[in-house]
Amino acid sequence: MLEGILIGLQTAFSLQNLLMVIAGCLIGTFIGMLPGLGPMSIIAIMIPVAISMGDPSAALILLAGVYYGAIFGGSTSSILLNAPGVAGTVASSFDGYPMAQKGKAGKALTIAAIASFAGGTIGAILLMVFAPALSSVALIFHSAEYFALMVVGLSAIAAFAGTGQVAKAMIMTLLGLIMATVGEGALFNMPRFTMGIMDLQSGFGFITLAMAMFALPEALFLVLKPKNLQGEEGEIKDLRITRAEAKAIAPVIGRQSLQGFFIGVLPGAGATIASFLGYAVERNIAPKDEQEEFGKGSIKGLAAPESANNAACTGSFVPLLTLGIPGSGTTAILLGALIALNVTPGPRLMIDEPQIFWAVIMSMFIGNLVLLILNLPLIPYIAKILSVPRNYLIPFILFFTLMGAYIGQNNATELLLLVGFGICATALKFADYPLAPLLIGFILGGMMEDNFSRAMQLYDGIGFIWERPMTLGLLVIATILVVLPSYRARRAKARAEGVAEGD
Amino acid sequence: MALDRWIALILLGVCLAYGYAAWFTMDANLAPFMRRNPIWPSTFPKVLSVLAIITTLIVLLGFEKSEAKEAEIDYRRLADYHLVQALVLLALMVIYALCLRPLGFLFSTSAFLILGSYTLGERKWHVLVPIALIAAIGVWYLVQQVLGIYMRPLPGFVGV
Repeated sequence: MLEGILIGLQTAFSLQNLLMVIAGCLIGTFIGMLPGLGPMSIIAIMIPVAISMGDPSAALILLAGVYYGAIFGGSTSSILLNAPGVAGTVASSFDGYPMAQKGKAGKALTIAAIASFAGGTIGAILLMVFAPALSSVALIFHSAEYFALMVVGLSAIAAFAGTGQVAKAMIMTLLGLIMATVGEGALFNMPRFTMGIMDLQSGFGFITLAMAMFALPEALFLVLKPKNLQGEEGEIKDLRITRAEAKAIAPVIGRQSLQGFFIGVLPGAGATIASFLGYAVERNIAPKDEQEEFGKGSIKGLAAPESANNAACTGSFVPLLTLGIPGSGTTAILLGALIALNVTPGPRLMIDEPQIFWAVIMSMFIGNLVLLILNLPLIPYIAKILSVPRNYLIPFILFFTLMGAYIGQNNATELLLLVGFGICATALKFADYPLAPLLIGFILGGMMEDNFSRAMQLYDGIGFIWERPMTLGLLVIATILVVLPSYRARRAKARAEGVAEGD
Repeated sequence: MALDRWIALILLGVCLAYGYAAWFTMDANLAPFMRRNPIWPSTFPKVLSVLAIITTLIVLLGFEKSEAKEAEIDYRRLADYHLVQALVLLALMVIYALCLRPLGFLFSTSAFLILGSYTLGERKWHVLVPIALIAAIGVWYLVQQVLGIYMRPLPGFVGV
């Protein structure tokens, strides 16, 4: 491990990669602050830039920097304007905004920065410990298990989608898998479902789909319903926190970093759930008199979601780097970018290309440090971006989505596909269909089918499912994950209606 | 019927068409030697189509009740929002896609940015036009010179 850390430091401390971290964090903070633009849109827009750099470590470092920056920027707008830019920072506005209203905006931002830093750093340390262990287990996996593992991952994403949403999330996942079968597969040299259209021969472009699913609907929502970006013109000052306050939030940060990390590891959970859960847990275990403070500007209530969401972001890298299975929309986009750069994340990554693995982990430390040093003094100035008029902002966002899709494929048909899918995605968003499962399904689809075919060929039929106990076990888990939420909802409903339980 | 179930109906149609293609049209022109393979190009799509049809039916028939949530935008009152602006912007994007090659990058992009801002209500031409031109030229320079991806800058009939 020490050797790996040294390799990582060597790679991450090259001038180019240091600049990448700084640039990524700054870009992420700037754009993440804008309400309505989440980390997924920003990363989707940054992908063409990252891919054309050609160096996978640098690309991943840049994108990871953008990711942390976006989460951090999102908390800034939650605190100052009560307008979270990212779902993962909604919980930060519960206590952050009341603090800002009381004129303690500077203090709130400092606490957010420190909590994020601690969450991210502790998360990175845990990642360093857990990822190698998990990937050494994953090395004994067979393609049958990989297939089953992907099924588990996809069903977990559907299962965590929330009450009444499981079937919708499953539809979106299956739709993503279906879209992945369009074009020529790797195992069969034969075009499928192209309807004779030449432009579909190579399948749908992943960047086009990512833009259409996230960036375009968010931009359209901003057009349809303008958000009031004008905050109170208050001076941001008094960034210091007292020793007593630091003492009060230290255990909160420690607990929530651990909890957030493990929630982030679960597929489908991610930063949003981690931050809400972190907030709820801290409120429940706080002493009585402090519980009253929650929601009115409690420093603990701000520190908890902030450290939890950053730790969860780091945690979501564990399944990506060790199994090659993304647990969230953001890591799915990162996976797509890595595949485009000819790097396949998975258990072999640590053995074949340790410099990428360790450089990413090291860059997490550097990125967190950069965010702390760079953003604390710059926050009052960075917050000025919130006054960019939306008349300029929206055309530029739309233009960047178009450009991203065009550069990826150099094909104008791709732009029409982008607009078409974007309209579909907006309609799906109206009807409350989750969009991330579609993209995750789309990205995993190809790999899943390859592993499925390989297992079928090795066992000459479907027999691998019952001949390999581990595969069977994983598939059973997947079924339970999908069926359990609807069963429990049904039972809760039956109980509410006064029907006796027939145990 | 609520929008989510209408969408489920449409998706059911898509899945049925997909399933039809997978079950009935794909295997006919399979090479004879591939028929001995345990897995055919249509195997995975067949499984997917069945699963997808089942789940769309679950949503369509309302087996899974979801509590009504406060949506960010209520689609039933879509006309209350800035719908016209959104539609014009989408139309502009389509026109941009069609014009990018024939009219060249610089003209299409600056026109898109100017018209986009104009649609959203910007009337300060002395700010708007320079920003759009600088952005168009700047992005073209970045893509062409730094990233090395060719994009035709000027209209086709001018040359280049």
